[in-house]
Amino acid sequence: MHKKEELRAPVSQKPHVVEKPENIDTIGGTVTLELNEKKVTVPLGTTILDACKENNIHIPTLCHHEDLCVAGVCRLCVVEVEGMRTLQASCAYPITSPIKVHTSTPMVRQARKHIIDLLISEHYGECYSCFRNNNCELQSLAKEYGVDHYNFGHIEKPRYEVDKSSYSVIRDMDKCVLCKRCVRTCIDLQEVGVLEAVGRGDQTRISTFLDKPLADVVCINCGQCINRCPTGALRANDPRDEIWEAIDDPKKHVIIQTAPSPRAAIGEEFGQEPGLSYTKEMTTALRRIGFDKVFDTNFTADLTIMEEGTELILRLYKALVEKDNSVKVPQFTSCSPGWVKYLEHFYPEYIDNLSSAKSPQQMFGALIKTYYAEKNGINPEDIVSVALMPCSAKKFECNRPEMHDSGFKDVDYGLTTRELAQMIKEAGIFLPEMPKSNFDNPFGEASGAGLIFGATGGVMEAAIRTVYELITGKNVEDFFENMNVTPVRGFEGVKYAELPITEVGPVPDILKPLVPNWDWVKGATLKVAVVHGTANAKKVMEDIKAGGKFSECHFIEFMACPGGCLGGGGQPIPTNKEIRAKRAQAIYNEDESLTLRKSHMNENVLRLYEEFLPEGPCSHKSHKLLHTHYTERGKYIA
Amino acid sequence: MLVLEKNAITEEIEESIKLHGNNRSALIPILQDIQRKHSHISDFAQQEVARLLDIHPVEVYSVVSFYAFLNTKPKGRNIVRLCQTITCDLQGKAAIAKAIERELNCKFGETTQDKKFSLEFANCLGMCDQGPAMIVNDKVYSHLTPEKAVQILSNIK
Repeated sequence: MHKKEELRAPVSQKPHVVEKPENIDTIGGTVTLELNEKKVTVPLGTTILDACKENNIHIPTLCHHEDLCVAGVCRLCVVEVEGMRTLQASCAYPITSPIKVHTSTPMVRQARKHIIDLLISEHYGECYSCFRNNNCELQSLAKEYGVDHYNFGHIEKPRYEVDKSSYSVIRDMDKCVLCKRCVRTCIDLQEVGVLEAVGRGDQTRISTFLDKPLADVVCINCGQCINRCPTGALRANDPRDEIWEAIDDPKKHVIIQTAPSPRAAIGEEFGQEPGLSYTKEMTTALRRIGFDKVFDTNFTADLTIMEEGTELILRLYKALVEKDNSVKVPQFTSCSPGWVKYLEHFYPEYIDNLSSAKSPQQMFGALIKTYYAEKNGINPEDIVSVALMPCSAKKFECNRPEMHDSGFKDVDYGLTTRELAQMIKEAGIFLPEMPKSNFDNPFGEASGAGLIFGATGGVMEAAIRTVYELITGKNVEDFFENMNVTPVRGFEGVKYAELPITEVGPVPDILKPLVPNWDWVKGATLKVAVVHGTANAKKVMEDIKAGGKFSECHFIEFMACPGGCLGGGGQPIPTNKEIRAKRAQAIYNEDESLTLRKSHMNENVLRLYEEFLPEGPCSHKSHKLLHTHYTERGKYIA
Repeated sequence: MLVLEKNAITEEIEESIKLHGNNRSALIPILQDIQRKHSHISDFAQQEVARLLDIHPVEVYSVVSFYAFLNTKPKGRNIVRLCQTITCDLQGKAAIAKAIERELNCKFGETTQDKKFSLEFANCLGMCDQGPAMIVNDKVYSHLTPEKAVQILSNIK
C-alpha cells in the first residue's frame, strides 16, 4: 500500500521548476548548448523553451502555461534538435547534454503553420462575435504566422451545445482547441477535478463527469480555467445586457459596489502595465456610465472584520472558557464563495467551522436594500444592486437562495473586472485619463484593512489589526512596524504564524455585552494560518482531519484562488505569478497611502452600528442581515 | 441504487484494491475487474473507485470513456465484436454482419431484447491474414463465413 501523499499527482504533473545551482561552476551544474549557432550556458535540466526565453528567442506556445505542469500536447513550440529524427516540443525537452538547436528552419516553420491551420479548421465561430477578440492566443498565433485562408477547411456548423447551466462559467466547446490548460488548472492547480478530456480520437472533448452540465457537478465556480483558457471556450456568465437595461430605465436606482481587487487590475484591460491602481478614475467612469451611486465594498469588508472578529472572540471564549463542545475551532473565513462551495462539496463535516458572517458583497447587498433604502426613502424594489468583483463565483453567491435577507434579492448582479472594462469601453471612456473622484456617502471611504482583502493574507492582517487593538487597548503599530503584519503576507501556499498576546486592556464598549474581561487571553498565543488556492486548502484540511498542526489553529483564512482575490476568475487575462505579485504590490501600496487603516476606526462603520444595529456586532439583528448558513452538498453525483 | 447494492460494490472494489494496490496505476485493472463482473461500470462504481484511489471521479470517467472495452451503460451478457478494418472488410465482413443481424434480430451498436448479445464493430483485431474475424467475449474466431458466424453464436448460452 502506498502512503496517501504519494497517491496524488506524480511529479510529472507538477510545474517544471529547475532550481539553479548555488555555484554555477559546479560540475554537472550547467550545460552548454548551441542555440541557432550561438553558444549558451544554462542550468542542467532547463527546458529548451526557457533557454530560448532567456536568450530572447521567441517560440510560439499554446498549451504551455507557467502556472501549470508541462503538457506538450499542442506541439506548436517544436524545434529542430540535431541528431533527432523528428521535431521536438521545446516546452517538454529538458536539456541534459550539449545539443544543437535550430528554432527557425523551413521544417519548423512549416510544421507550426500546419498545426495552426489544423487547429483553426476545427475551431468554430468568427472572431468578431467572440469575447476574446483581440485577446485570444489562437488569434494572435494566426496573425503571427500570417494565416490568410483556411488551408484545411473550416468547420461550418457547431458540434456542441453551449453549456449555460452555471451561474458563473459558460463552456462553449466549439471554440476549444484541446490544449488541456483548464484540465490541468482544475485537477492539478485547484484539485477540484471537474474537467477532463473525455472520449477518444476525433471524438475527444473536454467534459465533466458523465457529461453533466456544469451546474450539476462539483464545480466551485472559481473561474481559474477562464483565466487560463487561450481561446473563448470558457467565459463568465455576462450580465452586461441586464445592467445596461437597468441603467437606461429611469425608474431604477442602480447602485454599484466595487471590490478591492478590480481597481488594481482594471488598467490592464486598457493596455496599462500591471500594478497600477485606478480607484478614483474608476469611480468617475462608473458615474459617467450611469450608475446612480458608487460604493466601496471595503466598507463592508470593515464590517466583515467587526462581525467575523467578534465571532472569533466569541467562539474562542465559548470553546476555551465555557468549554462548550458544540462550538468549533478553528474558525474558517467565509469571504471567498469558491472556497465556501469547495468546503460544502468536499468537507461538509466542517461546515460549522465556517464563519457565519456573510462575504462583504452580500453584507453590502443586504444593507443597500434595508439601511440605505430606509435612510434615503427609496423603495428597495426599485434598487438594482450590482457588485463589481474580481470573481466568477460571486455570480453564483448572489444567486444562492438564502441570500434574500433584505426581503429582496440582496445583490442582483455580479460583474467581473473584464465585463466592467467592456462596459467602460462601450461607453466611450478611456479609463486612465478620467478625472479622480471619491466614493459616495453614506458609506464613503473605507479603511486600508478592507482594501487588503484583495490579496492573500489580507483578511487575516485586517483581523489582526483590529483584534489586537480591541484586546490590548494599545496601537497595533506597537507590535508590528508600520501596521504591516508581514508574517501573513506573501505568496507561499500555506502560511502559519503564532502571535503571542502579552498584555490585555479593558473590554471596549462595543464588546461589553459579549465578554466580561480579557483575562482569559492574557499570555495566550493566537495561532493563525493563511491558505490560498484550493489545492493548498486540501492539504490543510487533510492535516486538520488527521489532527495535525493546523487543527490547533484558532483562525484560518482560506481563499479559493491562487494569490487571493487579485488572481480571481474575473480578473483580466492573462495571469501569471509576476502579474499577481504586481497587483498585490499595488494593493499594499494603496493601503500604506491611506490614513485610515483599521476597520474598527472606520467612522462610517461605527455610525452604522449606532444608527442601525444598536445592539452591536453578532447581535440578533446583525445575525439576521449580516450572517448566513451553509448547505452540505457532498461530492457524490447521482 | 439500493444501499445494499452500493455496499456490495464498495466491498468488491476494496477487494480489487487489495489485489492491485491503491496507486493510480491500479486504475485499469480495477476497472477491468468491475467490467468483468457487471458488464458495465456504473456511475456509483466510478465514484467509489475515485474515492478509494484518491483521484477525481472525472479522471475515472475519462479513462472509462477512452477505452472501447470499458462501458458505463449495461450491455448484453455476451459481447460480439466484429472487425471492421480494411482487410476484414475486403474479405466479406459486410455479409457476416448482415447474417448476424438477421439471426439475432438486432442491429450493430445495439443489444438484443433478451440482453443475451450486444453487437459492436471493433477496429483491427490483428487477424488480417485470417479474416474476417470477430471476438465473442474473450475468444477470437477467424476465417468466418456467414454460416459459421451464426453457428458460433447459436452455441453460446
